[in-house]
Amino acid sequence: MKRGRFPAIEVIGAAMVASLVLVALFAPWLARHDPTRAVAATYGDPGRPSLAFPMGTDELGRDVLSRIIWGARISLEVAIAAAAVTMTIGVAVGLVSGFFGGAVDFLLMRFTDVMLSLPALLLAMAFVAVLSPSLLSILLVIGIVSWTQVARVVRAETLSLSTRDFVTSARALGAPSARLLLRHVLPNVLPIIIVMAALGVSGTLLLEAALSFLGLGVPPPTPSWGRMIEEADIYFRTAPWLALFPGLAIFYAVLGFNLLGYGMLERRQRT
Amino acid sequence: MLAYLARRIVFGAAVLLGTSLITFVIAFVVPADPAVTMAGAKADPQTLATIRRELGLDQPIYIQYARFLNRAVHGDLGRSYIRRENVTELIASRFPATAVLAVAAMAVSLILGVAMGALAAAYHRSATDNALLVASLAFVSVPVFWLGTMLLIADALFVHFFPLGGYSGGASLVLPTLTLALGSAGYYSRILHTNLVDAMGQDFVRAARGKGLSPARVLLQHAMSNAMLPLVTIAGLDFAGLLSGVVLTETVFNWPGIGRLAYEAIFNLDIPLIMGTVLFAAFLIVIANLGVDLLYAWLDPRIRLAEMG
Repeated sequence: MKRGRFPAIEVIGAAMVASLVLVALFAPWLARHDPTRAVAATYGDPGRPSLAFPMGTDELGRDVLSRIIWGARISLEVAIAAAAVTMTIGVAVGLVSGFFGGAVDFLLMRFTDVMLSLPALLLAMAFVAVLSPSLLSILLVIGIVSWTQVARVVRAETLSLSTRDFVTSARALGAPSARLLLRHVLPNVLPIIIVMAALGVSGTLLLEAALSFLGLGVPPPTPSWGRMIEEADIYFRTAPWLALFPGLAIFYAVLGFNLLGYGMLERRQRT
Repeated sequence: MLAYLARRIVFGAAVLLGTSLITFVIAFVVPADPAVTMAGAKADPQTLATIRRELGLDQPIYIQYARFLNRAVHGDLGRSYIRRENVTELIASRFPATAVLAVAAMAVSLILGVAMGALAAAYHRSATDNALLVASLAFVSVPVFWLGTMLLIADALFVHFFPLGGYSGGASLVLPTLTLALGSAGYYSRILHTNLVDAMGQDFVRAARGKGLSPARVLLQHAMSNAMLPLVTIAGLDFAGLLSGVVLTETVFNWPGIGRLAYEAIFNLDIPLIMGTVLFAAFLIVIANLGVDLLYAWLDPRIRLAEMG
């Protein structure tokens, strides 16, 4: 049988993610200009892409490339931190639900079903608007609306693990529930958690970008990919590059995490 | 079958009750005083007190919730603070535009997704399969609002054919539908592909192949009928995601639907309208899931017969 193509997809995804992390880490050295200052002579009008400014300048004379490089930092920060919130809630709910079963499981899963039945973006918009946008409120809200899928997957995995011999025998030896859960079940659920985390970041990236686009993201002047597209809206005839490049950046980031997560998922299902 | 139906309806009602609680909590934590929102910052204390009494804001929280629930059950979602219109009527007037867009996008994404998934499964582990895998993951990764913006730009600069926003019949539907459908199409394509590849390895498919049926017929008739079932459930669940996409698509294309209504409501902190649109969205999702459950039970004889027996 031909060797699967999925490791390759995983590797491409991992390389894309790694390149993003590097850009975010080294933003101060990579960006040639201050992302929040006017640096072009064309102040007042968007400037076309040129040798000095490869992705053009915006209506305030700021360098688009520098803003995108700095934007990687804020987008990754928000997306990864929000994914951490997502994973914490989802893993906790899934582990408890799958391990204890019974009434606990029933209640937690019905609550999950309710959350699944809500349009995540609409809910996030309402929460953020009400709490007023800040880095912390955005992180929490994205986490609160995105954990359901994780909880379901972790629950299913825990459920099948809880009945396996090594767990049953540890239980027979008198191990307390907490120990069973943390020492025996959790390490075996970990691989699927890692996959869900990679896919989770792609989801939180999109959600963060959407909130920024709707004006509910991290407040200015912090450069944000989503808001750059929103700000480019009125120039869509005269300066289409203002919307093109930040969108490509979001697309690249989301695709990277999706390739990574999906590649890992497919390999798991094969073995 | 009846017991099954009853269970699903009870569950749907529970979901709506949960949603109403969540939206009510959102409304309650709003720092802005609704009375001030309505009367303006310069209103005198007496006017504010009168408004509060009229809205029932002077009552304890659980009574406010009970009243809200009671009115919602009777189809009364209150009056918009900003537009001063009946929320139920506002939603009803915006619903047709959203329904047209959602149905069109659902149809396009299913057709495109099934075609891509089936093609990938038919050429399993070939270059075609790889290309379709990457394409479907790319579809899933495109930000909806950016895709919409790019389509608008392409139309404005090169194509000059489709209207640049608004809802004015067939041609105006094309770009928003594409924008909304692409992500779901990629998602459905992956799911169908996985299910088809699974089904192709099973005994009944091997038997069909052993009978000497053509590969196309084995795939499309035998494997497909099994692989399509889970897709029905997924498409139902994905309806919630579709509605999130609707908010963005309607914002980009100035589409006069419920998504844009919700967006405006959120910006104005127009509480009754926020609660109304979120509740209505949840209601649509519950109905969609209920429909899918029934369709699934009817399509799958294992459930149909077990439930009736």
